[in-house]
This record gives sequence, structure tokens and C-alpha cells, in this order.
Amino acid sequence: MQNKSWKPWAMMAPSLSAVFLLLVIPVCFIVVYSFWLRAPTGADIPAFQFGNYAKFFEDFFYPSILIRTIRVALETVALCLVMGYIPAYFFYRSETRHKSLLLLLIMLPFWISFIIRTLSWINILGETGLINHLLLKFGILNEPLSLLYNEGAVLLGLIQYLLPFMILNVYVSLEGIDKSLLEAARSLGCTEWQAFREVTLPLSLPGVSAGCLLVFVLTAGTYLPPMILGGPGNDMIANLIFKRVIGTLDWPFGSAISVLLLALLGVIVFTYNRYLGINQVFKSLSS
Amino acid sequence: MAKDMEHQLETLKEKYQSGEIGRRDFVKYLGMAGIAAGLTGGPFAYFAKNAFAAKSIRFDGWGGVVSEAFKKHAFEPFTKASGIQVIDGEFGDMDTYLTRVKASFPPGGEFNLAHLSGVFDYARYIGLGYGVELDESKIPNLANVMTAMVQPYKSISKGKLSAVPYDLGQTGIAYNTKHISKEKAEKLGASLLWEKDLKKKLGSWTDWRTNIWYAALHTGQSPNEVKDLDAVWNALREQRDLMKKYWSSGAELMNLLANEEIYATVAWSGRVAALQEQGHPIAFLAPKNCYSWQECIFVLKGTDLEVAQKLLNFMLEPACSLAVAEGQKYPSSLDPTKVPMSDAVKKLPAFDPTGKLDGYLFADPDYWNSRQVDWAEKWDRIRAGA
Repeated sequence: MQNKSWKPWAMMAPSLSAVFLLLVIPVCFIVVYSFWLRAPTGADIPAFQFGNYAKFFEDFFYPSILIRTIRVALETVALCLVMGYIPAYFFYRSETRHKSLLLLLIMLPFWISFIIRTLSWINILGETGLINHLLLKFGILNEPLSLLYNEGAVLLGLIQYLLPFMILNVYVSLEGIDKSLLEAARSLGCTEWQAFREVTLPLSLPGVSAGCLLVFVLTAGTYLPPMILGGPGNDMIANLIFKRVIGTLDWPFGSAISVLLLALLGVIVFTYNRYLGINQVFKSLSS
Repeated sequence: MAKDMEHQLETLKEKYQSGEIGRRDFVKYLGMAGIAAGLTGGPFAYFAKNAFAAKSIRFDGWGGVVSEAFKKHAFEPFTKASGIQVIDGEFGDMDTYLTRVKASFPPGGEFNLAHLSGVFDYARYIGLGYGVELDESKIPNLANVMTAMVQPYKSISKGKLSAVPYDLGQTGIAYNTKHISKEKAEKLGASLLWEKDLKKKLGSWTDWRTNIWYAALHTGQSPNEVKDLDAVWNALREQRDLMKKYWSSGAELMNLLANEEIYATVAWSGRVAALQEQGHPIAFLAPKNCYSWQECIFVLKGTDLEVAQKLLNFMLEPACSLAVAEGQKYPSSLDPTKVPMSDAVKKLPAFDPTGKLDGYLFADPDYWNSRQVDWAEKWDRIRAGA
């Protein structure tokens, strides 16, 4: 038996190597960079100081963007939950033999580049876009609506990106519910709504919470929808990191913001795992 | 090395198919081959690249119509004439590219030539130690380039060159003539971008330098010597509430103007010329002290200078340079008093028939680069609502 103890490690070696090389080492680099200094030319100066972290908290500007990011992430979670639970429940209750095809349709947007999908909203929401074109053509409006370059457009871009993650998580959780429980509830006099409220909903909560966690974490780290669909004042924390790293070559400060974001998300994931268990996320991701 | 690997994999496949090795062993060896390929594709690829460096050279540029012009009128004819392949890369903006150069190992080693914008960018690359010393005798066509464009570079790199000036342009104001009259635009000048009647119909580039430049003009100051900085910040705050979108690429700029999402914005002269060519009712305004810039082909440290100089000289041949200018819609760096220009080039925005560039205001590299960190951050704060 002892001879075989190395086998699981050998099997996991490729994955562990990939995680180590592509995640652990880069994160270590970022942590080290966060203590460095930036020279006026943009060169990095090795140092060990906490100035970059202090700068983040020296006034309310940077924390306010972090707070905005959390707010937008929570709004996205809430909207994805409402919009995602319904189709997931429909798939669960549906007896159609085309269920797998329906699920495939959920995955279909992933076949198209995220950037292209985000850019396409400009042709739909723009002043000469599809919606305004139809509203003006049918005389419903005299002036085009300003649908682009605001927080609403950013939320739309985020929902389009993240909704499938929520639907799949909830669906996997619903699929695990024994349908005879619902029949038992109905036979004991529950209405359809009561059976849903008392049986289905509580049992699907692990999937709901896993979907919420995934959507929250992904929203907090995204920068494309705010960049493409947002207007002045819609930047999120990832846009700030992008600007510090790319715009001003201030890698040390950009790294410090990244570490703070990582720490915040780490706390959230740790808390989730402590009370709800992270297994549900992996379960739905691997389904 | 690639041939060796291919041969070994073929042998492995044949042995598997003939039953000489088992399925598990086949997968194991295939995995090992994959690891080997991964390793040789990583750090060792640098050495492989050097071995083949003489046969190709990498050029990074602005993409879109600019890249097309370079490819069609410069790189393809050069490859045909010399047999040297030009690997054509693209970047969205200068800062993104500099980040990639900085992140490459060794910095600059992966990249060869870049179409840099502004003398301030040249200064940044020289400051970071990414420059080379070109042998001007190997680039005889450099003699036809405007002296006014060569001097600023030489003054930064102690009389030597790490780049050749290639074209020039202006960041002026583009406006929709259906909604804004020429008289109004000319009367307001830079202040057109603060016109309250155009609320939520205005746009601007995300670039800190351009916005501060125009805020300086709006507040009646010299962009290269801003005395009242608070007035600039206040002007930018005031302008932010009038803005619909801060765009971040040339494609986005053209889309916003073409779809009439915005009626006026700061804009690059060449992109406006491209929109005009497509038939859009967009005019270009170069207000007093308009933001002028010159672009160069910068040679990065680690590049094979013989090949680079050969390409640069080819690109500065009048026929090539003028064809690229017509294609990308930016005037050539060649001196119009020495080289006859085509009518199409003469009509391009920012063209100077005197070749002296008198009256063109360029960003002072020392002034702007020394303030980059503070001003870029302040600009970010204002843009975000502070």
C-alpha cells in the first residue's frame, strides 16, 4: 500500500505544477512588487516599505472605488440570481428530451469572444442602435434614449457575461433534489407555491450561494464592461489596477491594489467555505 | 529542433500503432514530449529566436489602417527586396506597449522596432535604457528627414539616434458639421469641448496628457508651462459633467463619431481624415497651440542593427514613405523642400509645406514626463468623479 502512496501525487503533478507556475509564482511576484518603489522614469526600485498600501488608504478616493466595485458586484449578484433562478428551475422541472440542448444554449455565448459580446451592446443600446432605431421608427420616441455609457449598461454587460454561471450552479443544485420530496409535499396538502417555498428553495440554496459567490468574485475582478460600456465615473477596481500598471507603469502601486483586492476576495471565499463549503462551486463547475 | 520533435512524435505514434508500446506508455511519453515542448517554447525559445533573428525582424504599430499602410507599402516590398521577414505586431496605445516591453525578458529583447508616438515616449524609452545607437551612415535617406523632427530626439540621446522620425500629426478637435457650424467651432476653439449646449454629446480620450493640454488651452495657459494648475483641474471637473464617453482607442473614437453618439471630441488628425474619406460629416479643427506630435520608428535594445537600419532606410525611401503617409493619413517626416510631395500628402491635416514646423507646438518631454505620475493619478481621480 505504501508503495502506491506516491501515485495520487504523481497524477496530480501536472495540475499542481500548472497551479504553482501559473498562479502561485505570479502572485508571489505581485506581493513582492507591492513593496517596491517606482522611479520617475517608470523603472522599479527594489525596496521593502508599506507606502503603496498607505497610499491606498490615505484618502477616500481608492476605497470609494473599492466600495463601488463591491456595490456593483452585489447588484450583479442580485440581478443574476433573479434572472438565473427562473430558467434553472424551468430546466429542472422540464421533462423535455431536449433538456441537454437547452443547457447547451446557456453555454453558447461562451463560443463568442467576451470582448465581441461586450462590444455588440454598442450596436444594440447606442443612439443609432437597434432599440433606439425601433423606438424612433415606430414614433414611440422623438429623441433617442441614452442607454449607453452608464452604470446600467455596465450591469447589462456583466449580467450577459455571468448569468450562465448562476444558471448552471442553481441548476446543478436543483437537479440533486429528489422529486419525490415534492410529490410528498403535494400529497400532504401543499400548494405548488408552498412546495417550492418549503422544499425546493431551501434545498437549492447551496447552489444559489455557490452561484452568488462565483458571480461576485468574477465581477469584482472584471474590467472590460466598465471600460467599454461605462461612462465617466463607472470605473471599478480592476480598471484602476489596469491604469496604474499600464497607464503610469506604476507596477508597485498596481500590485498593492491587486493584493488588497485578493485579500478581500480571499476573506469572502474563506468565510463562504467556513460556513457553506466550497464543494458546491466545484460540483457545478465540473458538471 | 521542431523537426526533431516532429520526428520523435511520429516514431512514437508508429510504435503505438504497431503495438510495440502500450497505450499507457504512449500517453506517458506523449506527456513527456509535451513537457519538453513547453519548456523549449518558454525560456529556451529566446535562444532559438536569436538563432533565427537575422531572417526576421519584429515591428509593433498602431493596428487598423495604420498597420495596413505599413504592411502594404513598406513591409511587403521590403521582404520582397531583401528576403527579410517583418513580423507585424500591434498595440492599442503606447502605455500598453511599454508595459509589454518592460515585462519581456530581458526588457526589450523580445521586441525590435516600434512606431512610438511623441518625443516624450522616445525620452521614456531612453530613460529606461531600452535604446540603441544607430549608425546614421547606414541610413542615408535620413538626410531627407526634416531637421526640425530629428533634433528633438538627438537632444535627448546625446546627439545620437535610437529612432528615425517617420510621421507627424495633431490631436485637434473633431466635430460633426450637421450639429456644429464651422463658425461656432472656430470661434470657440478649444472651448468647444466645454460648450454646455453639447452636454452629453462630447467625448475625449482617456489620455491624461491630452486632457490636461486642452484644459490648459481652455483656461488660456501655455500647455508646456501651466501656471495655474487648479484652474486646469477645475476645468476638467467641469468638463467631466458634460462628457458622454472617454474613449480609449482609435476604433472607438471613429465609432462614436460615425454613429453620432458624440458631436465633438479631441481626435487624431489621421483618424478624422479617414472618417472624412468614408463620407461622414466630420470636420477637423486645429485650435491655436493645437497638440502636435511626431512619431518615430524606435529601435529597441537587443535588435540586430544591420537588419533594422536596412529596414529603416527602406522605409525612408520617398516612394515608400509617401505611400505609407497616404495610407495612414499622416504626413511623412520627409522634408517637403527636399522631396517632392504628392497632392494627396499635401492635403493631409498637419502637413507643413515649409518643413520647418514653425507654429507647431509639441509636448516638452522633460516637462510632461517629470509630472506623469502625479498628473496621471490626479486625472484618474477627476475622471472617476473626485
